[in-house]
Amino acid sequence: MSMAEYRLRTPVSEEEVRKLSIGDIVYLSGTVYTLRDAGHKRSLELLAKGEKLPVDFKGMAIYHMGPIVKKKDGEWEIVSAGPTTSTRIEAYEYDFVEKSGVRIIIGKGGMGKRTAEACKKFGAVYTIFTGGAGALGAKAIQRIAGVHWLDLGVPEAIWVMEVKDFGPLFVIIDSKGDNYYEQVKERIGQNLKEAYAKLGL
Amino acid sequence: MVKAGISPQEFEEKIKRATVKLLMAAAVYLPRDVKDALEETYKKEKGELQKKMLRSILDNLEIAEKEKRPLCQDTGAIIFYVKVGEKFPYMGSLHKILREATAEATELIPLRPNVVDVITGKNTGNNVGNYLPWIDWEVVPNSDVAEITVMLKGGGSEAVSMMKVLTPAEGLKGALKAVVDTAFEAGPRTCPPNIIALGIGATGEIAAKMAKRGLLRPVGERHPDPKVAEIEEKLLEAINSLGWGIHGTGSGPTVLDVHVEVAERHPATYAVSVMVYCWAARRATMKITADGKVTYPSHSFLDKEG
Repeated sequence: MSMAEYRLRTPVSEEEVRKLSIGDIVYLSGTVYTLRDAGHKRSLELLAKGEKLPVDFKGMAIYHMGPIVKKKDGEWEIVSAGPTTSTRIEAYEYDFVEKSGVRIIIGKGGMGKRTAEACKKFGAVYTIFTGGAGALGAKAIQRIAGVHWLDLGVPEAIWVMEVKDFGPLFVIIDSKGDNYYEQVKERIGQNLKEAYAKLGL
Repeated sequence: MVKAGISPQEFEEKIKRATVKLLMAAAVYLPRDVKDALEETYKKEKGELQKKMLRSILDNLEIAEKEKRPLCQDTGAIIFYVKVGEKFPYMGSLHKILREATAEATELIPLRPNVVDVITGKNTGNNVGNYLPWIDWEVVPNSDVAEITVMLKGGGSEAVSMMKVLTPAEGLKGALKAVVDTAFEAGPRTCPPNIIALGIGATGEIAAKMAKRGLLRPVGERHPDPKVAEIEEKLLEAINSLGWGIHGTGSGPTVLDVHVEVAERHPATYAVSVMVYCWAARRATMKITADGKVTYPSHSFLDKEG
């Protein structure tokens, strides 16, 4: 298992993303957009109708995250910003990667075969930020540059964030189509019988 | 019973402020037992990647405490467990106080607005709905004290919770299998290392309630009944032998602890529920005496602040 460390800045090129392998660590700077279930759904609906999205995701990073925010002197501030479980977004991600040109997906909890296919085909990676580490995540966000689709509620809106050395992000799916969690799960499957046996099942 | 000079309105205001502080304590400071278990896990861990993740977790706790930020952005579904003495004055006001304090805390701390209408999808924006925050009541005879515990239950770990009414023939073995299967299916999704609780009872609701009670018990504390405690130890070993590990990466513990809580069953049923808590197992308790003195047994360092 490789564990090389990379410092990247958005937008990232296909070449830069294709260098990454599962187990690698990334620290990311630049613009990152939050995008959760409802944001993916609306984005794909608009794209299907040929309409434009409020931001251009090409070469950029999306973060499966719904922050805690507060407004201070008319400006939004991020209070806590850890990842949400990405598995819910599996249903949308292949199409989103294909149509948006996004290069880096950040979340937690893993994604499935279709996302891995998209990463391979279109040149993208799925990474995780340590789940639950909301205060640490917020420290890497230097400012909120904007917000779109607040009608979806604070957690589901698109927050435009300027980040500096956001990480460690762990590469879980790379652009070769390898999935770190699938490899772990194969081993776990073999352990299941043993766990049953320990309980007399 | 209320100190001379304190009006009922002042009393209510005081309890409301204390409840905002209780919510802050839960959102910002992980309970000592959970923190100790995570620090111990960090010390023991050999995996390079897993060590980095645990470092992120411990750094995160430090930043949260230093800056009084919620340690996780998902400040959860808010559940209050109220044990109120029958002689506690203003028992009838507690419902209103807890709801108002939740809305205030959402703005002040702040917390993430997490209350969503199930038909329209609209977020109420202040963590208060018709039923949320959920309040679980228990009236204690011959007491004039109120003890309120709050749980901030994150959505990611709750998403794998299960409840099923098994047949008595499936029985305890079926219950144990349900715990292992839940941990197996959960994998990385529940932010492991987790706390897992099994509840058993006569109906689905009772089993679920027992499981939630298990999640409230401190890490490392065994059930007082040795037969149940033995099952906890066995489950702990079995689940950790699965090997999902820290955030599902294949090294380190999958669970910090397993708790089992049992009620009795009906002759025809064997209801089981399995509940999972993320490592950010946030809970806090406050005690209010009849004359309005407030202490925080789970976060006693807050008592000094007055």
